[in-house]
Amino acid sequence: MQRFVNNPDYIVEDMVKGFLKAHDDLIVKNEKNDRVVQYKNAPVEGKVGLVTGGGSGHEPAFLGYVGENMMDAVAVGEVFSSPSAQAFYDAFMAADSGKGVACLFGNYAGDNMNVKMAIRKAKKQGVTVKYVTATDDVASSPKETKEKRHGIAGGVFMWKVGGAKAAKGADLDEVIATAQKAVDNTRSICVGLSPCAIPAVGHPNFDIKEGDMEFGIGHHGEPGINVQKLKPAKEIANDMAKAVIDDLEPADGDEVAVLLSGLGATPIMELYVLYDEIEAYLKEQGLSIYKVLIGDYVTSLDMNGAALTVMKLDEELKELLDYDAKAPGLK
Amino acid sequence: MTSFKNAEAGLIVDQLIKTIQEQRDYLSEIDGKIGDGDHGINMNKGFTMCEEKLSHMTYNLSEAFSTLGETLLDDIGGSMGPLYGMLFDEMAMACEDAEDIDAEVFGEMLVNAVEGIQEISPAKVGDKSMIDTLVPAKEAFIAAKEEGKEFVQCLEAMNDAAERGWQSTKDLVAKIGRASRLGERSRGVLDAGATSCYFIVTGIGKAAIGLLK
Repeated sequence: MQRFVNNPDYIVEDMVKGFLKAHDDLIVKNEKNDRVVQYKNAPVEGKVGLVTGGGSGHEPAFLGYVGENMMDAVAVGEVFSSPSAQAFYDAFMAADSGKGVACLFGNYAGDNMNVKMAIRKAKKQGVTVKYVTATDDVASSPKETKEKRHGIAGGVFMWKVGGAKAAKGADLDEVIATAQKAVDNTRSICVGLSPCAIPAVGHPNFDIKEGDMEFGIGHHGEPGINVQKLKPAKEIANDMAKAVIDDLEPADGDEVAVLLSGLGATPIMELYVLYDEIEAYLKEQGLSIYKVLIGDYVTSLDMNGAALTVMKLDEELKELLDYDAKAPGLK
Repeated sequence: MTSFKNAEAGLIVDQLIKTIQEQRDYLSEIDGKIGDGDHGINMNKGFTMCEEKLSHMTYNLSEAFSTLGETLLDDIGGSMGPLYGMLFDEMAMACEDAEDIDAEVFGEMLVNAVEGIQEISPAKVGDKSMIDTLVPAKEAFIAAKEEGKEFVQCLEAMNDAAERGWQSTKDLVAKIGRASRLGERSRGVLDAGATSCYFIVTGIGKAAIGLLK
């Protein structure tokens, strides 16, 4: 496989260097930790600090969501691997202005352990950190155990809403409650058409056969709900929208925000092809579409595939989604 | 001998680092079957970083374990960073005041390591994880010690149990971690974490036996 890479073992370091140079109007490196990047004005005086973090390979997530009225600091992990507890801890310290820190991340086993160890360490320093995990991936666990579900593209809505809530002056518990509300009202599903390969490994660790698709695939290639024959876009879009809406169970007339993210190797053109049918399905369900985001928001290296995310809205969530914010990942 | 000197046992960690470096590709290969194939890469990166730190210091066993634990916790991340970070940190603390490490001290190191891991991970024996290697190994050591066996025999019992526990993961269905999404498809292959844990436990065991003989 041909890639733009120097030493594949150091691809994350090389990516972070470029990222810092490209976005120096908004983002600076952390003084203490090469695996932490932060908003240039962090900690923001009087504001609850916001932190996220996760494995690399999902760009622009996670570091692309640092910025004005968004995340204050992010912990950057190896490809598809949680950042260390120390990176989360240094991100907490960079974000904290004395009002406490909300850590909003994706509910994977490694992230959970590292965040918990970092929180323990922060507590010893007198810094309060609370967390919310995104659990939007409906394919990752049944509804009865939805607390086990993984976070995928739905994190974007959690970060946007949490960031705006903090920017408006809310206290830590209010920021946590609002981010949790965003999570509770968000569902996602992915479809994969071809696998992805970690640069340092060099070959894909799973297989999708020519002519097949994996419905409900995870953001690191975790097996989905089933393997199907590749169908016309219209049918795939319909199935994706149905899977999300059946789980979310919105009421007739509800307003929703829609995020359709490519997984890394999918032409944006094809996302719009999918959206045509997704929009039709949502309208058929009596839903009114308040906001649409289409593009590469949370990717999975070079996976060919798409993630559909729908968030059910109320007045507060609408206002927070619309709240002014600047971050490299927000288009 | 019934004990070895803490001050002379730093080489247990030297040997452990070499073992992980040698097993880099094997660990990634095993991980690639039901995981993302980077376990050996990340383990090797952490252990090699520790080797670099140790090259600038003199160290006994507790200091070497402490440096290793700290490196994994601070620099590696993933799931293995906190799990092995906790394991080595607990082992370090359990022997930091001991001049001589006997079966009593070593047993406490194992017990505390298991307890530390269980504080941050809900994994149980049978879930197809490192716990399937570690817990039987600890239990075999403690049982042998309570039967009044020699330190060397306790370590041999630990090594045997670690190997059996590691091999038991082959027939298990993953109930924890990303592999749990494979369900039945995770059966038939060894667990990568249980594999690295086997090399770690038996690496320590063999090196300790070497010091005792």
